[in-house]
Amino acid sequence: MGEGAEPIIRFEAVDKFFGSFQVLKKISLEVALGERVVVCGPSGSGKSTLIRCINGLEQHEAGTLSVEGTKLGQDHASLNRVRSSVGMVFQQFNLFPHLTVIENLMLGPVRARKLPREEARDLAQRYLERVRIPEQADKYPRQLSGGQQQRVAIARSLCMEPRIMLFDEPTSALDPEMINEVLDVMTELAESGMTMICVTHEMGFARRVADKMVFMDHGEIVEEAGPETFFNTPKSRRCQDFLQKILQH
Amino acid sequence: MYRATICLLMLTLVSGCSDQWGWYVVDPTTKNGAVNLQFLLSGLYYTVLLSVTAISISVVVGLLIALPGLSSSRPMRVVSRTYVEVVRAVPILVLILWVYYGLPQLSGLTITVFWAGVIALALSDSAFEAEIFRAGIQSIAKGQYEAAHSISLSYADTMRFVILPQAIRRILPALGNQLVYMLKMSSLVSVIGMQELTRKANELVVSEYRPLEIYTILVLEYLVLILIVSAGVRWLERRMQSDERN
Repeated sequence: MGEGAEPIIRFEAVDKFFGSFQVLKKISLEVALGERVVVCGPSGSGKSTLIRCINGLEQHEAGTLSVEGTKLGQDHASLNRVRSSVGMVFQQFNLFPHLTVIENLMLGPVRARKLPREEARDLAQRYLERVRIPEQADKYPRQLSGGQQQRVAIARSLCMEPRIMLFDEPTSALDPEMINEVLDVMTELAESGMTMICVTHEMGFARRVADKMVFMDHGEIVEEAGPETFFNTPKSRRCQDFLQKILQH
Repeated sequence: MYRATICLLMLTLVSGCSDQWGWYVVDPTTKNGAVNLQFLLSGLYYTVLLSVTAISISVVVGLLIALPGLSSSRPMRVVSRTYVEVVRAVPILVLILWVYYGLPQLSGLTITVFWAGVIALALSDSAFEAEIFRAGIQSIAKGQYEAAHSISLSYADTMRFVILPQAIRRILPALGNQLVYMLKMSSLVSVIGMQELTRKANELVVSEYRPLEIYTILVLEYLVLILIVSAGVRWLERRMQSDERN
């Protein structure tokens, strides 16, 4: 986050529509290398769409969005370059149910990164250890708990050795007792210096790891601040209301 | 399998108490009966070869038709849709006659009875296979594509390693159904002289004048064949399921 460093992700006046409904309105946001950004806001505010634009799962209609200097939405080659450096973790895990854990992890490295199988297997095993489930390598996803599945999904993304990790409500589909095991893995990842953008309502996690908080409502970024300022002295009314509701319990 | 045995048993019983039946034509203990029986069974080879060849081709063609049908490009979808609608509208018997008698005139190539049968059956079946594949592929959750996208898989790899293996497990019963259907429809190829089960039976009826017994044997031949196929498909289903569970 050095001063004057070129941002790794840059949104400039980005608009996005679903039909006639505008999901993103003139979004401008910069994320520096190694920065941890937490995005929150009420449902339907466009947070997921925002991060899905970063790895090309959604295409924006106006404005410019560049990742590591590559502008998105121009051609196939640029999309491929960008998505190979961006990992993503989904709310519903989206593991491949017909493949074992280790096969889930090896597929990307073998097919997309063209690593030899043995090397890919070692890599996969290493990341399974990092998310603390090396013993589940030969099981199928359905044999694991939700928390374990999400950790496998994180490991699967990491096997692509991305420089940016996106998390789309990674703990929202989990039973409460499993949330922490996933947040612990994410915290460790944050401490390792990974550039991360997380859409989450886990405010404790946000306070712990975020360098920057972003609050969205109705497709706009309403507030953008460091966690101290964001939690203690939010400026906008909408953000105050939201924080009040979410921090109540 | 036990159903086939029961049918056979019942028929033997019936034959004992009626003078309508003359099982001697296919009685394996007599010389003539044994020869006739062997003649009837010799059609099995072409019935199986024809059906298996045709369905192998139609599965591949069906998939190649289904994929553009799922694309985001409208012209691709129109091509796929048109193929399915047109091919599906032609009766198989008509298609067999058209391919055997019409196509050589159009293309200048001579087509053997076997290949005419394969082409007609495969063509007709490919439209149905395409619909089965479309349904199977559409049943896979969007998240699977998104996960594949996020680990940088190409479209071909996404289909090959992520989508199709899951889709095929789901459509296996429907594919098994089509194989059974093809085995039965292969009997229509007898009209252009293909030496398969039905043709053999027809020929024997002409020389022996015992349609009741001969066609009963024919019914049993198809029954046994199809029960074997059903058992095979069920075995495959079980095996693929245990693959995921174990």
